[in-house]
Amino acid sequence: MAHHTTVRALAHSRSGDKGDTSNIAVIAYNRPAYVLLHEQLTAARVADRLAGVVEGEVRRYAVDGLGVLNFVCEGALGGGVSRSLRLDNYGKTLASAVLPIEIALPADFDTELLRGPTPTFD
Amino acid sequence: MLRIGTGSGWWGDRISPAAQVAEKGDLDYLCFETMAEATVSTAQVRRRRDPDFGGYDTYLEDRFDAVLPHCIRRGTKIVTNQGWVNPLGAARAIRARLDAHGAHDWKVAAVIGAEVTDRIGRLAGPILETGASIDTIEGDIVSAEAYFGAEPIVAALAAGADVVVTGRVADPALFLAPMMHTFGWTRADTARLGQGAGIGHLLECGAQVTGGYFVDPGYKDVPEPWNLGFPVAEVEADGAAVLTKVAGTGGVIDRRTVLEQMFYEVHDPARYITPDVVVDFTGASIEPIGLDRVRVSGITGSPRTDTLKVSIGAQEGFIGEDMFFYAGPGALDKARLAERILRERFAVVDLKAADLRFDFLGVNAIHGAATPEPAAEPYEVGVRVAARCATRAEAAKIGREVDGMAVSGLGSTGKRVPYADRVREVIGIWSTLIDREAVAPDIVFVDSE
Repeated sequence: MAHHTTVRALAHSRSGDKGDTSNIAVIAYNRPAYVLLHEQLTAARVADRLAGVVEGEVRRYAVDGLGVLNFVCEGALGGGVSRSLRLDNYGKTLASAVLPIEIALPADFDTELLRGPTPTFD
Repeated sequence: MLRIGTGSGWWGDRISPAAQVAEKGDLDYLCFETMAEATVSTAQVRRRRDPDFGGYDTYLEDRFDAVLPHCIRRGTKIVTNQGWVNPLGAARAIRARLDAHGAHDWKVAAVIGAEVTDRIGRLAGPILETGASIDTIEGDIVSAEAYFGAEPIVAALAAGADVVVTGRVADPALFLAPMMHTFGWTRADTARLGQGAGIGHLLECGAQVTGGYFVDPGYKDVPEPWNLGFPVAEVEADGAAVLTKVAGTGGVIDRRTVLEQMFYEVHDPARYITPDVVVDFTGASIEPIGLDRVRVSGITGSPRTDTLKVSIGAQEGFIGEDMFFYAGPGALDKARLAERILRERFAVVDLKAADLRFDFLGVNAIHGAATPEPAAEPYEVGVRVAARCATRAEAAKIGREVDGMAVSGLGSTGKRVPYADRVREVIGIWSTLIDREAVAPDIVFVDSE
């Protein structure tokens, strides 16, 4: 029986646009959450979650001192803010797209540190 | 200590919080950021066909009338990029507002010279987005302008300006300039410039550091999200600053809001390139010291690069767009059939589109392929169709064929009479770097008549 939660219980996020690139900063609420995210929330997992939306490379910058993972997603805005046919041409909502990604919780993780409704374990 | 407040974080920003921070923020400087990447090119295109358009912030008079009584009383100087493609015209408009408010002795300076449209073919390096030559840009280039740094603003302040209005400058520079002027930082003070530009970056989007673009109910709540205050920085001589807001406003300033804004539109956090300094956020210290008071220090910087970024706007055709609705049983099936009908109709009318897109609102319109399969049939669906075409006439076919869905469409099609222009012009934005020495800013004072 694996214990899982989602990114949303561990971190908050914001996206920003430059041309056809979106950056999604994932900001851990606390140090234990950052350790889990650093290990599990890889660039590959974010790229997989955003497949079909982000068409280019996803790079991850980890800032350990601040507990932040910054994902830079190329080709994320349908060709660029101005020429994109997407309704969300700035990618303002992309930050919330990474929040449902599942994160495995170690058995000894203090669930008091999780945000939001009490998680249900499967 | 220097007190700097934000008066706007973008062109469409609210005006009442600007008046509030001007009145109660006890500010030395109030800074307005009003330009997006496409502001200059859009303004150039509008200027061609609308002789009444001044070429500067369309809310310039409203913003100045709201804050000037407070700024004049307190002696708060103003730095603003509301000049867009006509900083001198904006300076004249500001002069008129100052005179109307009785501030005949206030000095207004315009920073000009950012525009390089006529020369960009010779100056440009590779296009940053594609790596290709500028010759590969297909549309007509309508504008090209360099991002200036803080130095011309500092020069204007040193020459006695009370209000400095610019066209394109890097957003943090609007806030860095008063710090450089007040504390006497020079180009060599890279650590202080980095810290100061970092604080400028935190201030440049207004309420985005005080609880705007932030709330997630149940996870990240803030008090009175309808009444967000604009930020105030209490800057120390080395650039470290306490971020706060006017008492009695809604929103919050804490570690979370500061971190979200710190990374906003940042790629490599150790190398955030601005015209004045390359900012390194990675060693930042974010210290809550009271209610809605956060001290930010430890941001640093390395020397500026030899180049300036130039934003290039090119005409890339037109987007046609429209929307209609279904609700009740079978809504999604109707939406799918409606898409089929329109695709057939577009073939009949020989639509020539570089890109065509259908979205089902309520199903997958925002995250597209990354949307999970719905657990249940949606009760209502909006059908939105958009195409990018070479000509206005071609793009107009989108709306005209959606019109046909009114009496010739499916049962219970929710179709509105068009209430707005369904075609808009596309200005594609590209970036390049030019030699910093290729552009020379100039400062022009506009005196009271």
